[in-house]
Amino acid sequence: MAIDTALPPTPAPGHLGGARPPGRTTDRAFRILAFAAGFLVLVILVLIAYSTISKAWPAFRDEGLDYFTSDTWDPAHAAFGTLAFSFGTLVISVIALLVSVPISIGIALFVTELSPRWMRRPIVTLVDLLAAVPSVVYGLWGLLVLVPALPGFYQDWHDLFAGVPVLGGLFDGDPIAGKAFMTAGLILAIMITPIITAVTRETFTTVPQAQKDAALAMGATRWEMIRAAVFPHSRSGMTAAILIGLGRAMGETIAVALVIGSSPQITEKLFSSGDALPAVIVNQFGESTGTYQAALIGMGVVLFFLTLIIGVIARTALARADRKLGAP
Amino acid sequence: MNRISPRLRWTAALVAAFGLVAAACGSSSGSSGGGGTTNTTAKTKALAAATLNGSGSTFQQAYDETVIQSFKEAQPAVTITYAGGGSGKGQTDLQAGLVQWAGSDAVPAPADASKYKGPVLNFPTVGAPITMSYNLSGVDKLQLSADTIAGIFQGTIKTWDDAAIKTDNPGATLPSTAITVAHRSDGSGTTANFTKYLTKAAATSWKLGTDKTVNWPSGQQAGNGNAGMAQIIKGTNGAIGYVDYSDAKAASLKFASIKNSAGKYVAASIPGATAAMQTATVNPDLSFDPLNASGATAYPITSPTYILVYTTQTDAAVGNALKGFLNYIYGPGQGLAASVDFAKLPANILSQAKSQVAKITVS
Repeated sequence: MAIDTALPPTPAPGHLGGARPPGRTTDRAFRILAFAAGFLVLVILVLIAYSTISKAWPAFRDEGLDYFTSDTWDPAHAAFGTLAFSFGTLVISVIALLVSVPISIGIALFVTELSPRWMRRPIVTLVDLLAAVPSVVYGLWGLLVLVPALPGFYQDWHDLFAGVPVLGGLFDGDPIAGKAFMTAGLILAIMITPIITAVTRETFTTVPQAQKDAALAMGATRWEMIRAAVFPHSRSGMTAAILIGLGRAMGETIAVALVIGSSPQITEKLFSSGDALPAVIVNQFGESTGTYQAALIGMGVVLFFLTLIIGVIARTALARADRKLGAP
Repeated sequence: MNRISPRLRWTAALVAAFGLVAAACGSSSGSSGGGGTTNTTAKTKALAAATLNGSGSTFQQAYDETVIQSFKEAQPAVTITYAGGGSGKGQTDLQAGLVQWAGSDAVPAPADASKYKGPVLNFPTVGAPITMSYNLSGVDKLQLSADTIAGIFQGTIKTWDDAAIKTDNPGATLPSTAITVAHRSDGSGTTANFTKYLTKAAATSWKLGTDKTVNWPSGQQAGNGNAGMAQIIKGTNGAIGYVDYSDAKAASLKFASIKNSAGKYVAASIPGATAAMQTATVNPDLSFDPLNASGATAYPITSPTYILVYTTQTDAAVGNALKGFLNYIYGPGQGLAASVDFAKLPANILSQAKSQVAKITVS
């Protein structure tokens, strides 16, 4: 995606083509081709948005604002409120990021800055291999291995944090279940680690050696060097990595559907069953008709805009931070 | 070497075991299928080559696959497929003309009639009980009434020694184990039939209505498909859930006897399901509702299932193959039902369905 934004500002690339070379027509053809390719993405996006919105229209029309703000999902009484599913999607995505980002950055730092040379390839290959595992396999592993094993672990955590102000409320369930927000979040964390690792690693390798050497020469420790030279240089690349990971987490369907518990509810208790937008779609679409089906398609629209909004917010926040720090 | 050889031995043993199981399955299904069809092959004339694609209800899939396999031996030229995917998918596929026949647990809603490319005929094929499967250590016999089931699934009855359950089971010792309710996470015709039963049999106490997904109270467990339900019930002491008869048997789950409208507690069984279908009123479109049927031996949570086809068939080979297939279902196919834990149609519905096959016009 925007990995290249992390590259150091190359001295005015426009100057490379200074005088008009003889291959002007090919240049123009290439320009048109590239423009068409870029434009096509936009066209496809607009078409997808249009067709999903038009198919979901009966649900939007019947439910009005309730479609987005109500948490009552009751097809038997034609009540289609999706708030509980949006909530679930956000909760499990946040859990996934909180778990995965530190680990991914840790792996990337280890591979680029710390590990002995001979270990790099195997680690990179292994992490990439995680990305090649189909999501349904993660889901089944979660269902058959994690779901039976986790309730005991959750119970211990609950007992450990009982009475602690915020954490005591979070590490609770109603009841504590194996299929829970937390389980889905953990599975997602494993699934998005490879992609976040890969992108941050690429970003870290673009940090100029001279800057790192300079920091070390000033007497900085390894960690101080990473903080002073690597992180500031890689901030936008790391954000891109996290956004890609977030996108994958929010859209992940089958693995989440298998382990989240399919119980639409809004609660701060992370060890209780919940539900998420894509999981509901895959679970209920096959047997749906009419407005019910329109309501399910509408969830695709909600997911689409949720991802878009979060992306815009993250990028704006990053741009503001950059301006404050005077970074390029 | 010492460390590898036991592992090798294990692998060999596993491979051998798989082979044996496969061979056993292969021979048993082969012989039963062959035995059922040899005499019919001689009688029926061979049909022209045609491919009939079907999709829809997963509830009837096990039965359809058995009949298709057996029909293939009688009519080698006809290829029939069944893709499952849910009743809703079957209906939309038929509307779009993607399939020649659809499996559905309910007949199409009158409001949807305009979406089809023409009039549609409903053919009931088989029925099956939906069990109230449970897992409660120390309790091997359990009786439940509709109101008690409604209370359990709405979360008002929370423990197994609740007064309502005790009333249903006089003299039984029930533990104070908490009840874990399991419901389907996917939209399902089984959910629709189970909740429809409760709206009929527990009209005053059941508030959740009926659909392929209802607004279950939070705190329950959700499983994907009958297999997912069976997994939850099997692994949780105190669990109860609604599971298709065949899956409940395959997972060797215990299931409760249900109080029918005659006041008798009846265990889920094939004869109980046929008895329920027998007393159901059959509508002109051949839809019928065996849920909460009358009759002392009727099992009250019995679900029907249908095959939908267009009345007018434009392709002669396809039309004749469809007729042949349906006639096969109403002939030797009924005998195959019990082998996959489905209940055959009672005589009154069977004769009506048989005569309806002739209404398919092949132009």
